[in-house]
Amino acid sequence: MTGAFRTTTGGRIDRARPLSFRFDGRAFTGCAGDTLASALLANGVHLAGRSFKYHRPRGILAAGAEEPNALVGIDRGPGRYAPNLRATQVEIHDGLVAESQNRTPSLRFDIAALADFAAPLIPAGFYYKTFMQPAGWWAKLYEPRIRAAAGLGRAPRGADPDRYTQRYAHCETLVVGAGPAGIAAARAAAARGDRVILCDEQAEPGGSLLAETRARIDGLCAQDWLAAALAELAAEPRVTILPRTTAFGYFAQNFVALAERVTDHLAVPDPNLPRERLWQVRAREVVLATGAIERPLVFPENDRPGIMLADSARTYLARYGVKPGCRALVLAAHDDAYGAALDLAAAGMEIALIVDPRPAADGELPRRAMAAGLPVRMSATVVGTRGRLRVHEAHVGTIGADGGVRGVDVVSCDTLLMSGGWTPSVHLHSQARGKLAFRADLQAFVPGATPQACRSVGACAGEFGLQAALGPATRVEDDPVREGGFAGALPHDRPRARAFVDFQNDVTAKDLTLALREGFRSIEHVKRYTTNGMATDQGKTSNINALAIVAAASGRAIPEVGLTSFRQPYTPVTFGAFAGTSRGELFDPVRTTPIHGWAVAQGAIFEDVGQWKRAHHFPRPGEDMHAAVRRECAAVRARAGIFDASTLGKIEVVGRDAAEFLERLYVNSWKKLEPGRCRYGILLNEAGFVIDDGVIGRLAPDRFHVTTTTGGAARVLSMMEDYVQTEWPDLQIWLTSTTEQWAVIAVQGPKAREILAPLTEGIDLSRDAFAHMAVREGRVAGVPARLFRVSFTGELGFEVNVPAGQGRAVWEAIWEQARRHDAVAYGTETMHVLRAEKGYIIVGQETDGTVVPDDLGLGWAIGKGKRDFVGKRSLSRPDIAAPGRKQLVGLLSADPGHVLDEGAQIVAMRDPPPGTPALGHVTSSYWSATLGRSIALALVADGRARHGQTLFAPMPGGAVPVAVTGPVFHDPEGRSLDG
Amino acid sequence: MLLITCPHCGARPEIEFRYGGEAHVARPADPATLDDAAWAEFLYMRSNPKGWHAERWRHEHGCGRFFNAIRHTVSDRIVVTYRAGEARPDLATIPGLDTP
Repeated sequence: MTGAFRTTTGGRIDRARPLSFRFDGRAFTGCAGDTLASALLANGVHLAGRSFKYHRPRGILAAGAEEPNALVGIDRGPGRYAPNLRATQVEIHDGLVAESQNRTPSLRFDIAALADFAAPLIPAGFYYKTFMQPAGWWAKLYEPRIRAAAGLGRAPRGADPDRYTQRYAHCETLVVGAGPAGIAAARAAAARGDRVILCDEQAEPGGSLLAETRARIDGLCAQDWLAAALAELAAEPRVTILPRTTAFGYFAQNFVALAERVTDHLAVPDPNLPRERLWQVRAREVVLATGAIERPLVFPENDRPGIMLADSARTYLARYGVKPGCRALVLAAHDDAYGAALDLAAAGMEIALIVDPRPAADGELPRRAMAAGLPVRMSATVVGTRGRLRVHEAHVGTIGADGGVRGVDVVSCDTLLMSGGWTPSVHLHSQARGKLAFRADLQAFVPGATPQACRSVGACAGEFGLQAALGPATRVEDDPVREGGFAGALPHDRPRARAFVDFQNDVTAKDLTLALREGFRSIEHVKRYTTNGMATDQGKTSNINALAIVAAASGRAIPEVGLTSFRQPYTPVTFGAFAGTSRGELFDPVRTTPIHGWAVAQGAIFEDVGQWKRAHHFPRPGEDMHAAVRRECAAVRARAGIFDASTLGKIEVVGRDAAEFLERLYVNSWKKLEPGRCRYGILLNEAGFVIDDGVIGRLAPDRFHVTTTTGGAARVLSMMEDYVQTEWPDLQIWLTSTTEQWAVIAVQGPKAREILAPLTEGIDLSRDAFAHMAVREGRVAGVPARLFRVSFTGELGFEVNVPAGQGRAVWEAIWEQARRHDAVAYGTETMHVLRAEKGYIIVGQETDGTVVPDDLGLGWAIGKGKRDFVGKRSLSRPDIAAPGRKQLVGLLSADPGHVLDEGAQIVAMRDPPPGTPALGHVTSSYWSATLGRSIALALVADGRARHGQTLFAPMPGGAVPVAVTGPVFHDPEGRSLDG
Repeated sequence: MLLITCPHCGARPEIEFRYGGEAHVARPADPATLDDAAWAEFLYMRSNPKGWHAERWRHEHGCGRFFNAIRHTVSDRIVVTYRAGEARPDLATIPGLDTP
């Protein structure tokens, strides 16, 4: 026996395969084919969760994805904890470990349920109204406490050890939902020869057919017909059936995202299988057959465990062989509830009373119920319930002709089943940007026009009944028309009672009317103020009722009030499915230079620069970063250092018009640059702001070797392509990214020439033959090389460009020579310090997209007499020509040991009153080993006119006085450049 | 994810492309002759319609070419793509533009 409430026969579970599982530490037994919800109900357990705000005990409401109450955490071991899963969708397996959420210490006794007694004090908008003052308390007190009290499940700890994969798929027809309408659509598409994908969120395809008890299809009972139809589809090689697969997002051009849960239902998953698979499907046509969700009824105290949706209760009986209780009261605003009562009565459950708020119900099912002798009371409703952890009585009143409710009869029951009719699941249609139309007869929105090749069929289109779903070619018997439906709040005479609309977020009918009284009109605002529909279930059971309540209270029709947006995902999707294999080392590509392995072997500490790994410093044993950088800086200035500059962006610009092209693009003059010479180029955008810089060498009249910043390489190439292709297509030039073709080894310092001399062939390194800012081609360490004489340190310097494949070998050859001169390998931090000592800028550090060349003191680079280049016209715009712009300066703090914070604001007064605008900010700040003190670069308003002034950097420990100087701290005459 | 038809390569997924802003905004031949207002117009003013929009895309992870597309800014539907340098198609001649 797998539970006292399990029937002896019937249903799709396998009574011969009992499975043991744990819920909140207690051992239970279920059957193969059970969900956690059906297995708990079979064991008489309704209490499955606590509500979000009031911590009220809550039971299992539904049997599918719409379940708002029974949220559980599933623990599959370390790193494998999944919170907020709907017990109605969790398949049990042997050894499953589940726990309830949002309760302390236990589900039966939850200390936070005290909130329920305080409920009159915490209406909608409570937080907005209460935690206003004092302002400072929000961050320190209110928010941390509210955060601790809020939330549903706990987040998993540790890295997720599971594997997730992603697949792309194309098909002519994607059918979402494998209920009767979906199966019919899939069969029709397969008959056409389409490639078909049929996905369904449940473990078994079949939808409502899995629980169909009356109807006969083509002479067969529903389950037999289903088995035959599925077998026929499965035999079609062009049909893919995906169970346990939720279509959760519908995007443009019939692009639909599916989440397939591959292994969670298995006790011992095949380690070769991923846990989940994300499908990205592009379909010529999408058929939505997503069915409908039964609507709860809003009446006082409608949220106790044991209160369920009527058709869900029937589903538990028909599909899982589970009776939801012993004695049921049925609140039926739709004929389907009568069908549920008939089925449950036939299974031996006592139907205490069927209460119908309608004045009459003359449909086939109500007539059959009455004929079967089930007690029915029309024009009546439930005005209250009792029972702390399980409903044990319902209070039934009569609805008078005036709409008021009179008289109370107490009916004892352990189950209360309700049905307000059906809400078509239009989520995906709406995500597809389809329009919605309101149908008053259904009290529901149905799909309207859609801009995509997409159609809705069956219940999700408001077409109920098997005949409508299966089409005229299929013979359906005994599937009577069911009518009725109610949206909004049922009448009652208890103004203080709470009737819940959104079970998961604890929103009551009163909360909604309060929001209206407080002036909220738009349904989107009402939603956010009350949080109706904002929980993990996104209002699947509550939105229409909320809408109807707002419409009634504001005297508008439902379509006038409008709907809130349906957003992806339909049900929550794991982060793992989205990430797929893009995690760990594969999260983002890592770019390494040809010399990377050498730096790793030397114990370099690396930093991330975009996707690049760059050696930041090379500590020796016992050295911290500061000591290493001081040593590296001193060695470069005194002797030499070698530096891996391979990450520099490189673009080869070739062609008849190469010089003309650079002339138009960069601020500098290029036409007169002789082959064999280099120039420091500055690139602006059309707004006149510096966006990149780099040395450009002319190798031949029609060939330039352009370098860019490390981060700017792709951006600059794209910009060049843009101008070549769209503005100046007449220019004959070709652009090639050569960033990864060249390894670049910078050799800097007074010994640089001596280090390279023994390795260099075909290039005269002497000062006269190879001047600063010249480029030569020859061989270094036997490898063809482009050798630039450039300096980013202020010292005599060379940059050796060799094919990347030989970069490591050439580096090691240079390193051999360098060691003879007691030179060092240095990293990016030393590079930064040395360039700052010389006042050389770094784009992105000294610039922020609002800086023009003159602000940086680089006006000299602009080609004289050039009529145009990109950005030139902007340099004469009034704001850029105006005085008072921020200009690059050096700052020396009064205390030479104080290294300013980068980003520190600069002001004129020691203690400026609040609201004083800053004059500028620190852009770079370092300890300078060369000067034996701190240095900083800053952008300061009118900076060049302030040399000699004392300004202040206000810091938490008090303002730091700083002296304004020129930006060049070391060797302003440039004597070291020639070694 | 959109499918975008590169006029050089054919239909490709959106991730291969990079958006390039409004099309047919030509850089003035001689910016020096423009007054500040006219230059600011070129720099910053774009049409930003709710509806059909001629815009630039670059098939960055493909052929690398810039091209133009007519896209509806509400539905994202692209009715036509054409090579850089070609004239903007006369919308009246494109069928199906009455619906987004």
